[in-house]
Amino acid sequence: MYSKAFVEALEQKSCDIRGDILMMLKEAKSGHSGGSLSSVEILTALYFYKMKHNPMNPDWDGRDYFILSKGHVCPALYTALAHSGYFPREELKTLRKFGSRLQGHPHWLKLPGLETSSGSLGQGLSVANGMALALKLDKKPNRVYCLLGDGELQEGQIWEAAMTSAHYGLDNVCAIVDYNNLEIDGYVEEVMGIHPLVEKWLSFNWHVHECDGNDITSVIRALDHASQMKRKPSVIIAHTTKGKGVSFMEDVDLWHGKTPSPEQLEQALSQLDGACSVFKPWN
Amino acid sequence: MVNEAMKLAENLFNNDVKMTPTRDGYGEALVELGESNPNVVVLSGDLTESTRTEGFKHKFPDRFYEMGICEQNMVGVACGLSMVGKIPFVATYAAFVPGRAFDQIRISAGYNRSNVKLSGAHAGISVGPDGATHQMMEDIALMRTLPGMTVIAPCDREETRKATIEAANLEGPVYLRFGRDKVPEVTTKETPFKIGKANILMDGSDVAIIANGPLVYEALDAAKTLRRNGVYCMVVNMHTVKPLDVTTLVYAARKCGAVITAEEHQITGGLGGAVAETLARNNPVPQEFIGMPDSYGESGKPRELMEKYGMSSTAIIEAVKKVIARKASGRIFAGVL
Repeated sequence: MYSKAFVEALEQKSCDIRGDILMMLKEAKSGHSGGSLSSVEILTALYFYKMKHNPMNPDWDGRDYFILSKGHVCPALYTALAHSGYFPREELKTLRKFGSRLQGHPHWLKLPGLETSSGSLGQGLSVANGMALALKLDKKPNRVYCLLGDGELQEGQIWEAAMTSAHYGLDNVCAIVDYNNLEIDGYVEEVMGIHPLVEKWLSFNWHVHECDGNDITSVIRALDHASQMKRKPSVIIAHTTKGKGVSFMEDVDLWHGKTPSPEQLEQALSQLDGACSVFKPWN
Repeated sequence: MVNEAMKLAENLFNNDVKMTPTRDGYGEALVELGESNPNVVVLSGDLTESTRTEGFKHKFPDRFYEMGICEQNMVGVACGLSMVGKIPFVATYAAFVPGRAFDQIRISAGYNRSNVKLSGAHAGISVGPDGATHQMMEDIALMRTLPGMTVIAPCDREETRKATIEAANLEGPVYLRFGRDKVPEVTTKETPFKIGKANILMDGSDVAIIANGPLVYEALDAAKTLRRNGVYCMVVNMHTVKPLDVTTLVYAARKCGAVITAEEHQITGGLGGAVAETLARNNPVPQEFIGMPDSYGESGKPRELMEKYGMSSTAIIEAVKKVIARKASGRIFAGVL
């Protein structure tokens, strides 16, 4: 269904994005490593496969919209945007620095390619609903994608929004849950359990799709499946690993809001091999 | 006595003055806007009748969204609508927007600089029998702290209608505040209205009463009574709390040398706070505050509550006497120096 070469190209892109995320976080000395790494394949699939968008004309009215509700993983989004051509890759080095367009949490008035500001969890799906309602009112086919964290699902507003998307039959909304099982204080199930997640979304009258969120083929298959669904919104529960791709970060809650030291970066980059052969680190 | 240029209602001080709730003007304006601007949409939080959005709902059902009892989501949805070119009006009680949804307003509306129009109905103690939970008196303070937010508390039905129409034409987030109870129709169709431009409704040189919302009528009533005793008050309708009309305010303070602020809101953080901050920087004068005295409300008839908590013409008259005494003692003190 998807050619081997195409899948390999997306894997390469994921690997490049992962490398840039690690390097920008090392430069910034603060920021969110774990969740940025777990969401890489999702963002790669959206920006380099699924979404209609035009980096030369970010306001193009035929574009699909992407809302990063879990705003703290903006290093992954910034990197996807830079690799798409919205701004120079070099600018990634300015993350979180004074005067940078790359704010610690995204601010859409600063950076081309962003659709909204986010950082306070729980708000993105409501905004996505509003966009989807406006697009339906204008009888336009654009779709709205919204990336949610699993810990973020503890926010009540998410479920207000989930009710609303279903109530208005917003089949142009696709929510994606980065289900990496961890939040700041530990395992999601120990902090404030969200099980059973599939049943929750089903009972809110959504189409539910599950995928391996760190496997590009699995992600693009789920996205294609979701975009064919009618009359109901779709949610993709993407099973991921927090800190994916770096052995000492994987599934360790401490890496939620921690960044690599120069030595750790070197070690991490050395692990991004295999598919990653083309990746060129910064000078 | 009143400023002719303001074209106020001629029967303003008569028993036959027309009494209507401010929210009626909101409903009228929304229908007008629905006809003139296809981008205007309305969201209601299960309060369609009492926020007067039913007229719009019946005329423009495709552009009316029932959002149920989830105000935080409603604010976010409105922001999303605005980002695809719509001009959403969010209608619920002030207790919930901004009360419940402050974070959503701060980020999704304010920080995003969304073109959303938030309306808080049933604000103030004149909500009456529903009691303290529904008597929102902190909303102006909340909204006024947000950068880029325009905050308007109109005084009657007609001014609310004008404010709503102007809000639609203003790019950026706006908060409009209404009461539940009927209030006298002070202004007319011909009364000038511009967001951010205060109206001097009555001229005077002893004390300036800076009022908004239902307290505008109370201020006029107090000023009329005081005139009989030889005290000449200027009455300023400061309908827009943000951006505050600094020019008119400073003019009033310079001319009168003392001010009273009068609002149906906590005395902290609202119009009184805004005026005090501005005068402290520009032209400090003695100020007295008419408003809720750092307290929650209770059930009762609107009039009973307004009297008890000192938000009536009677309280304004007392405050005027007090501030005149302070002004006089200040002069003596300055003379001694």
